[in-house]
Amino acid sequence: MAPLPFNIQSFEHYLGEDKLMGGKCNACGMVVVPPRPICADCGGIDLEWVPLTGKGELMAYTNIAVVPPAMAAEGYGRNNPYCSGVVGLEEGCHVVARIVGIDASDPESLSIGMPLTATILKSEVDGIAKVRLGFEPS
Amino acid sequence: MKKTRKLNRNVAIVGAGMSRFGMYRDRDCRDFFSEAFQEMMASIDKGLDINDIDAMYLGNFSNDFFVHQAHWGPIMSELLGLVPKPATRTEGACASSALAFREGVFAIASGFYDIVLVGGAEQMSRCATEEVAEGLALATFPDEGLAGFTFPGVFGAAASAYFDRYGATRDALMDITIKSHNNAPLNPKAQFKVSIRDLMNAKIEKAEQLGRPVPEWDDEKAFLWDPKANPMVAWPMHLFDCCPISDGASCVLLVAEDLAKQFTDDPLYVAGIGQGSGRGMSSKPDLTYFEATRYAAEEAYGMAGMTPEDVQFAEVHDCFSVAELIHVEDLGFFKPGEGYKAIADGATRLDGPKPINTSGGLKCKGHPVGATGVSQMVEIWSQLRGIAGERQIPNPNLRIGATHNLGGTGGTCTFTILERR
Ligand SMILES: [Zn+2]
Repeated sequence: MAPLPFNIQSFEHYLGEDKLMGGKCNACGMVVVPPRPICADCGGIDLEWVPLTGKGELMAYTNIAVVPPAMAAEGYGRNNPYCSGVVGLEEGCHVVARIVGIDASDPESLSIGMPLTATILKSEVDGIAKVRLGFEPS
Repeated sequence: MKKTRKLNRNVAIVGAGMSRFGMYRDRDCRDFFSEAFQEMMASIDKGLDINDIDAMYLGNFSNDFFVHQAHWGPIMSELLGLVPKPATRTEGACASSALAFREGVFAIASGFYDIVLVGGAEQMSRCATEEVAEGLALATFPDEGLAGFTFPGVFGAAASAYFDRYGATRDALMDITIKSHNNAPLNPKAQFKVSIRDLMNAKIEKAEQLGRPVPEWDDEKAFLWDPKANPMVAWPMHLFDCCPISDGASCVLLVAEDLAKQFTDDPLYVAGIGQGSGRGMSSKPDLTYFEATRYAAEEAYGMAGMTPEDVQFAEVHDCFSVAELIHVEDLGFFKPGEGYKAIADGATRLDGPKPINTSGGLKCKGHPVGATGVSQMVEIWSQLRGIAGERQIPNPNLRIGATHNLGGTGGTCTFTILERR
C-alpha cells in the first residue's frame, strides 16, 4: 500500500490514531515534522514515515494572550493565555507545537532548553474534533 | 561566494509621497492612494505629465480579506487616469510594496520602461482587532498557525531565543519603543504622535483629575513594565512592542537614470537592491536571526559596493520591537548580540551615529502593510533632501539611507540602499 502523502493532513491523521510520526528522507536521513513531499535538507523525494520518540527540548516560546478566533473558541484569551513553542526533537529536527502543563501566564515557568515530552491534544469545538501536537515538561 | 548583481541601467527616484497613516472609517484605499499620488506629483520639481508614465506596480497584501476587494492594480490605475497602461499588483505580505518597487526598478533597468509609478496601499481598520490578527496570520507558515502561533507570537518566540542567547531582557526592547515614540511626534504623517513620557503624564494627570489612585511610574520603563499600562500580547511582546492597525498608501516615481534630470536636479539613485526568502520556524537552524534579511543585505551591499558603515541611517521593519533589534544586527549595523547594547547607548536615536526609524517606525508611524515598504522610501527621500522638518537628522553630509522591509514572519525581506549624489 502506498504511504499516506507526506503532509500536514497525514501527520494529523496519525495524531488522531495516537501516533507521532515524521517523514524521513532515505537519501540523507533527515526527519521532518510535519513532513513535506520534498526533503527540506537535500531535496530528496524517497521518503518514509517513521515513529518519533516524542522527546525534545524547548528552543523558543511565547505565551499568547491576544488569541486567534480558533483558540478563543477553546477558552483562551487575555485572562487565560496559552503557550506555543519551537521544540528541538531527539531526531534532530525542530517542530512547532503547543506547550502545555505549564503556567502560560508566568513566563518564568518556562526556560529555553527545558526537556519536553510529546502529548497529543484532542479537543472538540462546536462538534468538530481537533487534534494537535503538544509538549509538556518531562 | 555569492554573485554580485548589477542593474543594466540605473534607476532614480524623482518624486515621493504618502498619505497620512491612521484609522479612517470614512475613507478607503482610493482616497489614501490619491492623497499619496497628489503629494508625489507635487514633489517632482520640474513636473510630470501623467501620460508619460509607462506602467504601475502596486503592493497590496490582503485587501481581499480586509475589505473584500481584490485586483487593486487596475482599480488604482483607473483612479489616477493611467488606463490603459499596465498595472500589476505585487504581494509579499508586509513587504508587498517593496516588491512593487523592485519590479519597477527591474522594468526600467531592463530597458523595457522608462517611467514607472510604484507604491502600495492597505486598509485594515474596517476589521476588528481579532480579524486583523487572523488576516495577518495568513502570512505565517502553515504549521505555525496550527500550533497556535500568531504574528506577535512568532516574534515573541524569536525574542525568547535572542534573550536566551545574548542575555537581553524586555528592558532592551523598551529602548526601541521609547525611541520610536520620541521620533513620531516630529512626523506629521504618523499615526501615534505622542512620546511614552507624554502618554504616561497624561494618564497620571487624568487619574488626578478623576480622583482615582495615581499610578506611580518613575520613568518610561516603569510605565512599560506595568502590565496594566502595557498588557501582554504574546510574551515577551506587549502592547507597546506591537505596531498598530493602520490604513494608508504611499508611492514614488521611478525613472531611468538618463531621464532623471528632466524631472529634478536632485534625484535619489537606487544604489543597491536586495531581496531574500526565509523559512518557517520549524525549518530554521537558528531562531535569533533572519536569513532572508542577511541575504537581501548582502545582495544590496554587493551591488552598491558599500558596507553597513556606509549607510548613514535606515528605516528598519519594526512590526514588533524585537524585529528592529534583530534586523539592525542582520543588516550589519551591529554585531550579533551587540545591537541591544548599542541601542541602549543611544546609537539609533535621531541624534545618534546610526539613526533608525526617524519616521517613528511601523510602531508609531503606522503599518498599513501593503503601503509600508514604499513609505519607508518616502522617509529616506525626505531625509536625504533635507525636508524632514523637525525630525531632520542633524548631519549636514547626509548622503546614503536604506530601507529594510519584511513580509510575514520573515518569509520575504528586502533591503534597498538609496543615494543622493
Ligand atoms: Zn534529504
